[in-house]
Amino acid sequence: MSAGLAARSPATAARRGRGGLRTADDVAGWSLVAPGTVLIGLFGLVPVVWSFVLSFQTNDLQTPATWAGTKNYRQLVHDPLLHQAIRHTLVYSVLFVPLTLVGSLLVAGALNRRIRGISIYRLAVFVPVVTSTVATGVIFSWLLDPQFGLLNAGLAEVGVPSQGFFSSPDQALFAVVGMTVWGWIGFGALIYLAALQSVPQDLLEAAQLDGCTRAGAFWRIQVPLVRPVTAFLLVWLTINALQLFDEVYVTTKGGPLHASTVVVYYLWQQAFAYFHAGYAAAISVVLFLVIAVVTLVQLRLTRDAEDGG
Amino acid sequence: MTGTRSGSRVSRLPSAWHLVLLPLALVMAAPLLWMFVTSVSTREDTQRFPPSLPSSPHWSNYSAVWEQQPFGQWLANSAVVAVVCVAGNLVFCSLAGYAFARIRFRGSRPLFLLLLATLMVPFQVVMLPTLLIVKHLGLVDTLPALILPNLATPFGIYLLRQFFLALPRDLEEAARIDGAGRLRVLTAVLLPLMGPPLATLAVLTFLTSWNDFLWPLVVTSSSQVMTVQLGLATFQSAHFTNWPVLMAGTMLSQLPVLALFLVGQRWFVRSIATTGLR
Repeated sequence: MSAGLAARSPATAARRGRGGLRTADDVAGWSLVAPGTVLIGLFGLVPVVWSFVLSFQTNDLQTPATWAGTKNYRQLVHDPLLHQAIRHTLVYSVLFVPLTLVGSLLVAGALNRRIRGISIYRLAVFVPVVTSTVATGVIFSWLLDPQFGLLNAGLAEVGVPSQGFFSSPDQALFAVVGMTVWGWIGFGALIYLAALQSVPQDLLEAAQLDGCTRAGAFWRIQVPLVRPVTAFLLVWLTINALQLFDEVYVTTKGGPLHASTVVVYYLWQQAFAYFHAGYAAAISVVLFLVIAVVTLVQLRLTRDAEDGG
Repeated sequence: MTGTRSGSRVSRLPSAWHLVLLPLALVMAAPLLWMFVTSVSTREDTQRFPPSLPSSPHWSNYSAVWEQQPFGQWLANSAVVAVVCVAGNLVFCSLAGYAFARIRFRGSRPLFLLLLATLMVPFQVVMLPTLLIVKHLGLVDTLPALILPNLATPFGIYLLRQFFLALPRDLEEAARIDGAGRLRVLTAVLLPLMGPPLATLAVLTFLTSWNDFLWPLVVTSSSQVMTVQLGLATFQSAHFTNWPVLMAGTMLSQLPVLALFLVGQRWFVRSIATTGLR
């Protein structure tokens, strides 16, 4: 808090004439931003640069790093396990993002009305938003337990044999999709609902006077009006999908037989199971670039769509 | 969503939307309800197929979790980390947010953009170097290692700056003319008007910190400094079939945020809806 004290009397500090800073505003400004800047600089900016450097090194996180040139990047091109992990991340994202996006919109549409008990319904939908990824993973390991899980009991009721879910190589990744859609749909619905509620009511009433059905008004008036929210959610869900880790770590540990090893899980394994931190850094740099490009493309596309509409 | 049209003409009867909303709410709530039911079941209850409700609540799973694991310690660690991070963000982001909004100092714009740019960087990119930095500071496997990287966030600075910009300048200028220093203006005049954004920042920082997993996983290893999320994950790999005790532990790990959510549901919803962050 010494920075704050210095800012208390900016004029006196300026008179003492520190370094190149001349005006009182310079001293006050820099003293106030100093603590935050130092922290974010040390734990936000320096690591970005270091990460890039690290990706050209061989580093086991224990002994001093050695220079590796472009070895890590060359390895990345020829690593079948990484390519498999990329495929899994793509399959996961292609399912997770649209399911969550459309699901949240429909759920928000259903929740956007004043009927008795609506606050209870909203509560039930929103609670997963505060539920941690670890808790979600632990709970779903139990719900989807092959032997005694609740979901298999439900399936048995309708005559479907027990499924392996997380323990089946064919199903693990899809089980992760289902679990994370549950975890995120409340978040999307919450944001959509706030946006839907800000659509002026008279606009909808006018549409209905003109003979538009409620469903028609929803799709033709409300949904286009909340397009900025859709654009935001699309980007945000995609970024999070590409960074999937926690739920996989807790439920499948990337298995069985690598069937649910996604990129960030593979990165973590490389760094902390095999101590290939340089290689892991190279993967993270590529991930960063991919996320940046995908985000820019999505923003551009959604903006174009808005201009066109 | 097939019942879109059905409720329109029968406004006096209970809305037909209940037919859509009730199953939806049940499906969404089922995992958490089942967690609770299992947490008060016996181990035998969980080894029956099809599963059934326990004949009477079996609370001893909670004491079992508490005794078998340093759960109290983990909860305390999570609480310390979350509370300190909330306090740090409130103080440091207020100071910086105010300066960026109100003081024209040299380099403020490039510095602001530079800090903001770190928002775009995925955590996985900075994770390994941050670990090496923490190692150089000699802080691996300590609570400060969990706190320091999250003590001030670019998001918090950006959020508060936006709200400072929206406050009328006259307020501040009147106080400045009366001879109040910048810090005094900030604490006595402006911050009392910043209740809602400060609450939003506090809520989101607490939630993020409490539920964080990857960073604690990477930087801590001994049981005494684990947060409750990491503790739960290690507990799970050790007791992966003792579902009642595991569900009791999961309940305990979520109780603080669930309680906060139930008490301050409006705040949570507004915070997340206005900032779009989780």
